[in-house]
Amino acid sequence: MEILMSIVVGILFMAATYLILSRSLLRIIIGTGLLSHGAHLLLLTMSGLKQGAPPLLGIPADTYADPLPQALILTAIVISFGVTSFFLVLAYRSYQELGTDDMDRLRGNEHE
Amino acid sequence: MTLLHLAILSPFLMAILVPFIYKFVRNVHTGWFVLVLPVTLFVYFVQFIPRNMNGQTTISTAEWIPSLGINFTALVDGLGLLFALLITGIGALVVLYSIYYLSKEKEQLHSFYVYLLMFMGAMLGVVLSDNMIVLYTFWELTSLSSFLLIGYWYHREKSRYGAQKSMLITVFGGLAMLGGFVLLYLMTGTFSIRETIGYVPAIMDHYLFVPAMLLILLGAFTKSAQFPFYIWLPDAMEAPTPVSAYLHSATMVKAGIYLVARLSPVFALTPEWFWIVSTVGIITLFWGSFNAVKQTDLKAILAFSTVSQLGLIMSLLGVGAASLHYDMLDDNIFTVATLAAVFHLINHATFKGSLFMVVGIVDHETGTRDIRKLGGLMSLMPITFTIAVIGAFSMAGLPPFNGFLSKEMFFTGMLRVMEFDLFNAQTYGFIFPVLAWLGSIFTFLYSMVLVFRTFTGKYQPEKLEKKPHEAPIGMLIPPIILASLVIVIGFFPNIISYSIIEPAMASILPTLLMEGEHFYVNIYMWHGWTPELFMTIGVVALGVLGYLTLPKWRRIYNLFPEKLTLNKAYDGGLKGLNTGSERLTKFYMTGFFRDYLAYIFAFMIVILGSTIAIKGAFSYSFDDLAPVGPYEAVIAVVMTLSALTIVFSKSRLSAIIALGAVGYSLSLFFVIFRAPDLALTQLIIETVSVALFLLCFYHLPEFKKVETKMRFKVENFIISAGVGLVVTLIALSANSQQVSDRISNYFIENSYYLAGGKNMVNVILVDFRGFDTLFEVVVLGIAALGIYSMIKLRLSRGEEQS
Repeated sequence: MEILMSIVVGILFMAATYLILSRSLLRIIIGTGLLSHGAHLLLLTMSGLKQGAPPLLGIPADTYADPLPQALILTAIVISFGVTSFFLVLAYRSYQELGTDDMDRLRGNEHE
Repeated sequence: MTLLHLAILSPFLMAILVPFIYKFVRNVHTGWFVLVLPVTLFVYFVQFIPRNMNGQTTISTAEWIPSLGINFTALVDGLGLLFALLITGIGALVVLYSIYYLSKEKEQLHSFYVYLLMFMGAMLGVVLSDNMIVLYTFWELTSLSSFLLIGYWYHREKSRYGAQKSMLITVFGGLAMLGGFVLLYLMTGTFSIRETIGYVPAIMDHYLFVPAMLLILLGAFTKSAQFPFYIWLPDAMEAPTPVSAYLHSATMVKAGIYLVARLSPVFALTPEWFWIVSTVGIITLFWGSFNAVKQTDLKAILAFSTVSQLGLIMSLLGVGAASLHYDMLDDNIFTVATLAAVFHLINHATFKGSLFMVVGIVDHETGTRDIRKLGGLMSLMPITFTIAVIGAFSMAGLPPFNGFLSKEMFFTGMLRVMEFDLFNAQTYGFIFPVLAWLGSIFTFLYSMVLVFRTFTGKYQPEKLEKKPHEAPIGMLIPPIILASLVIVIGFFPNIISYSIIEPAMASILPTLLMEGEHFYVNIYMWHGWTPELFMTIGVVALGVLGYLTLPKWRRIYNLFPEKLTLNKAYDGGLKGLNTGSERLTKFYMTGFFRDYLAYIFAFMIVILGSTIAIKGAFSYSFDDLAPVGPYEAVIAVVMTLSALTIVFSKSRLSAIIALGAVGYSLSLFFVIFRAPDLALTQLIIETVSVALFLLCFYHLPEFKKVETKMRFKVENFIISAGVGLVVTLIALSANSQQVSDRISNYFIENSYYLAGGKNMVNVILVDFRGFDTLFEVVVLGIAALGIYSMIKLRLSRGEEQS
């Protein structure tokens, strides 16, 4: 199971990197979203995917799934959501002001 | 802090006062106030002479940074005292000269005297410090004040060029020297030069010993304008003439000589020292004198002459190192080289100082220094002419002046190299007397050019800017004093031999002396029909012949193409560094965001990949794996397909929806892997995110507007495949290398007993690790505020400026 998940994470990272290296700003934002999905899945995978009860003490069980990575991922999800929405609005505003979302045309002016 | 420390630091204290004096006492030339200080210091240092004659030295320590072994230890021994007397004595004369040379009305006198005093204090610090770090501090202060003095007329392009050049070269050497000092410290554990001498037998075979020596020599050679670092000195002639006379003939350029002499007891036993110091010196001697002949500017002649004479002293110090290989003082034939070095050091300071002042007078009274425009000034400026003759004849090595004596000793020292039976000196030693002799012929030539082209020949008043006349008496007094010293030392050399030269030699060659012994120096004007005398006669004969036929053979100087000179190499090197770094920066700083990301990803792949390969970090065990169920397999396939759909989709709508599909399958994974809170959050947030994307979707342009279709880029694909691969490898190895017990057992056991909650994830978020949550909330708040202000705050360019 862990091997499969590692490969899926690798594919997510690969697709995200490819998107981030493209010219359109929207694609880059989509790439970052994909990258955070990959990172969250990686966190979960690295802590082991052994079967066990959900981390709720109300359910009587011998083993529980590891609660710590889940807490970490929860934090990470919220933060990446905040950053992504900020980034989206930034892209929206820059398109309004500058009239393009082509990264090559957003290159800085050398004589400034 | 003793009187000695105060004496060394007094020029700095005086420099603080100078601007106030300049501001409030405008009708008296500021130099008169400054003059008091070097005279007082000279008198103060003269008091040390009797004590040094008895072989005693004066040491006093003031603590500076005792925890690092850096203390301001002032040491007055023979060598330090000789230099201190030169610095204060010639300093006083130069200040007197500058009072008449620099106009009270036109010049910024306060800056001039501040820089000059700074230099004087720094120079005293260099020669009287026993601690290497303190020595280095003062050393850099001399570079700095020299830079300020060369650029004194900063509105001139050439002054700025000369100042920059001397700064770059001497600071380069100074830093190398610091490196050498640090290496010495690593070997001995002390910064004190006296203590280092005691460690020498133990560290001579240390592998850092020769590198330390080379670095320190680099400092000495750049400061003392040795080949090939002499190029800054001719350009430093843009400084006012008192500065050239003081810094660039008598004191600063001798700092390197001082350093070599001071560290001779440390390094002189190695063959490298003997060969490098003497060879570099003799080459500099020849090259400097050879180039001096072709100059047409009086100060340029003197600059090259200084280079050549410094080479002479340097080579003598190198040869003097040979004497340390013989324990006996009696019949030690090589000490004569050290004696000649010290003696010529004094002589050079006297005659070169007076010659610079003469040139300054000529410049001041005629408005030019070009020998092609000058001539026939003998009857107009008789006193200046007399001083020039004395100085130049002494420089050429003619009797009865002091230059003759030291030149004879120089020949003696060079001839004796051939008798030295170590380090192959007997095989290659013949080159020293030959180059020395040739160099002396050229020295004779340019000395004659200096005097006779300026003061005899045809008087050309039409080419001169001013009507020349004799200089004011105040300007003549300092060179007259120096010229009288030239004659007095020439006739009665022994008045300085016991008092100054012997203690100085004792500091350079301390190991040769037994307790209570001292060098016995006796200098005679006439020492019989020796080979040296015949060499001098040859120099005079060939020199006269060369001077008379100068226009005929001058053409050989045109054989050297201008492009191959060291100056061109320096300028080209500097320019090349500039353009090279500019090109390098332009090459990788493209301004394209994508390129920088590509660098970052590529470095990540290379560094992580190579670390995994080199350290053998990748290992995988197949034990302890969870089984793959049908649901997981299906969701994994869905996730992969949606991710690839995003990459290949041509419209942004399908890309956004595919991203949503990845997010929802992630929440399904969370469900399967027993993470209910995560699944909940992921579902909600994915929904909101997709909504947000769709909101922006309306306002952002179609992909097609920029790219008709998503072009496939091989390099991007390679980079992204590499990233994916590296991440997979890391994930696999991390998974199979869990070393210790999990901390989570603690949370499982205690979340109910300690925190009173049954949902472990929530207990961790708000109780065990509540701080994370606090700041995560802050992040959301900042994001919300940021979004709000980004939308609301709209300053156009016009508003920003108003």
